Amino acid sequence: MEAVIIGVGLHPFGRFPGVSAMDMAAVAVRSALADAGVSWPQVQAGFVGSLEVYNPDAIVGRLGLTGVPLRGVFNGCATAGTALSMAARAIQTGEHDLTIAIGMDKHPRGAFAADPSVAGLPAWYGQTGLFLTTHFFGMKINRYMHEHGISHGTLARVAAKNFRNASANDKAWRRTPLSAEEILASPVLNYPLRQYMYCGPDEGAGAVVLCRADQAHKYAGRPVRVRACALRSRRIGAFEVQSPAFPVAEHAPSPTVDASRDAYELAGIGPQDVAVAQVQDTDAGSEIIHLAENGLCKDGEQERMIADGDTGIGGRLPVNTDGGLIGNGEPIGASGLRQIHELVLQLRGAAGARQVPGAPAVGYAHLYGAPGVSAVTILST
Amino acid sequence: MTGTRQVPVAEGLFTWPSDEPRLIGAHCAACGLVRFPGGPSCERCGGTEFTERLLAGRGTLWTFTTQNFRPPSPPYDGADTAGSFQPYAVGYIELPGEVVVEARLTEPDPARLAIGQPMRLAIVPYTVRPDGTEVVTFAFEPDGPVPGEAGEA
Repeated sequence: MEAVIIGVGLHPFGRFPGVSAMDMAAVAVRSALADAGVSWPQVQAGFVGSLEVYNPDAIVGRLGLTGVPLRGVFNGCATAGTALSMAARAIQTGEHDLTIAIGMDKHPRGAFAADPSVAGLPAWYGQTGLFLTTHFFGMKINRYMHEHGISHGTLARVAAKNFRNASANDKAWRRTPLSAEEILASPVLNYPLRQYMYCGPDEGAGAVVLCRADQAHKYAGRPVRVRACALRSRRIGAFEVQSPAFPVAEHAPSPTVDASRDAYELAGIGPQDVAVAQVQDTDAGSEIIHLAENGLCKDGEQERMIADGDTGIGGRLPVNTDGGLIGNGEPIGASGLRQIHELVLQLRGAAGARQVPGAPAVGYAHLYGAPGVSAVTILST
Repeated sequence: MTGTRQVPVAEGLFTWPSDEPRLIGAHCAACGLVRFPGGPSCERCGGTEFTERLLAGRGTLWTFTTQNFRPPSPPYDGADTAGSFQPYAVGYIELPGEVVVEARLTEPDPARLAIGQPMRLAIVPYTVRPDGTEVVTFAFEPDGPVPGEAGEA
């Protein structure tokens, strides 16, 4: 049985002193239910993800204690991909007719801090100042620039594009446009990445309501088809985040490449069909690399594509049309549902000032994070 | 002060004190993968039988970045503060035929580092405990002249 999305809801991303992650998630869920024309007691099962909230399934206390089975899920930055995937799968298997995916988080300011043991790494790795995910992003794009001729200016243009897109999104965090020159003038955090080339951990929540395709006519929301969900972890030989070492003689692609290929095959859709894409832009370099790893261009083509404005709204392949992580920040549990929210608006033709022209029919969402895990979702009208 | 006391950040990580310090890796008895650090199991095959292997002390710089703000502490235990923090560099060093290892670099200036340049292992202090004991860790330093082209800035 095919699963379709009939409702999306998003609590704005940013900083909201005094508002709990759970309260933000309740706002997102109510918004998604209203979008679908569904009441909470009709929801038969759900999957909910968060880093900071130990029991995100306690959200039932905000929505109604109906006895609904609600399962907590976590895959780092790919958490929302898992929540959506499992909510879709519960329909595809015939177990349920109507399900929900929920994500929420509320992170403290600054770089993520944790003991390395949470990722199975030795204490010295943290003590000596190696346990920072941002090192990986700096080192991966530095090598990629060296191999594929990507310039510092291109990094800045990617970030400027995402801030520009965010300025047209009233739910985004960083809505002040910044020029490439301003971005290049900001301090280096991890060479070659500068302050305004990074996303920041922040706060927010999202929710997505799904149902059986053959029952979608009963609900209000204009259905969007879930064509594929794929999740892959790192293989031996891949250059991955939080790795004290990797083998010298064998090379494997990023799990993004594996998840992407799986998703295209499941969907029967190719990269040439993608009309709008949301890719993990933890930093400007990640967006550049992920375009190629998701099959949306060849290695090195980004330099010209971005100079030509191909990835802007109105370009050949609009990317991160709501501002992406750079414009919205990253509440880990919710970030991927923000991507789905944006794709659903775009495929419905309801994205307002940032609507991609030409009635886009296929949307692509990609997540990547520690400890080397990637989730890809493909949606279509 | 005579002879500042020094201790390694962890036992079994590198040979020290030594004129030719080496990283202590492992060679998987089942599949032959060379890994670092030793660790209890092989990340390729899951095998738990292994022999210790001292890794090459020289290699080439595969990639690098810099750390321009004080890392969250804990887990970082540098004796510095946000005000006194000195940026450092981090890279991956390819040890030919063995493994590519992540390490701090002794050269903090990205303009004086280049992908592909020769590097050699050094054991360096990175923090001082309240009792004055220096804690040392492994790092790599440029091995030979600074590359002619000064970075890509």
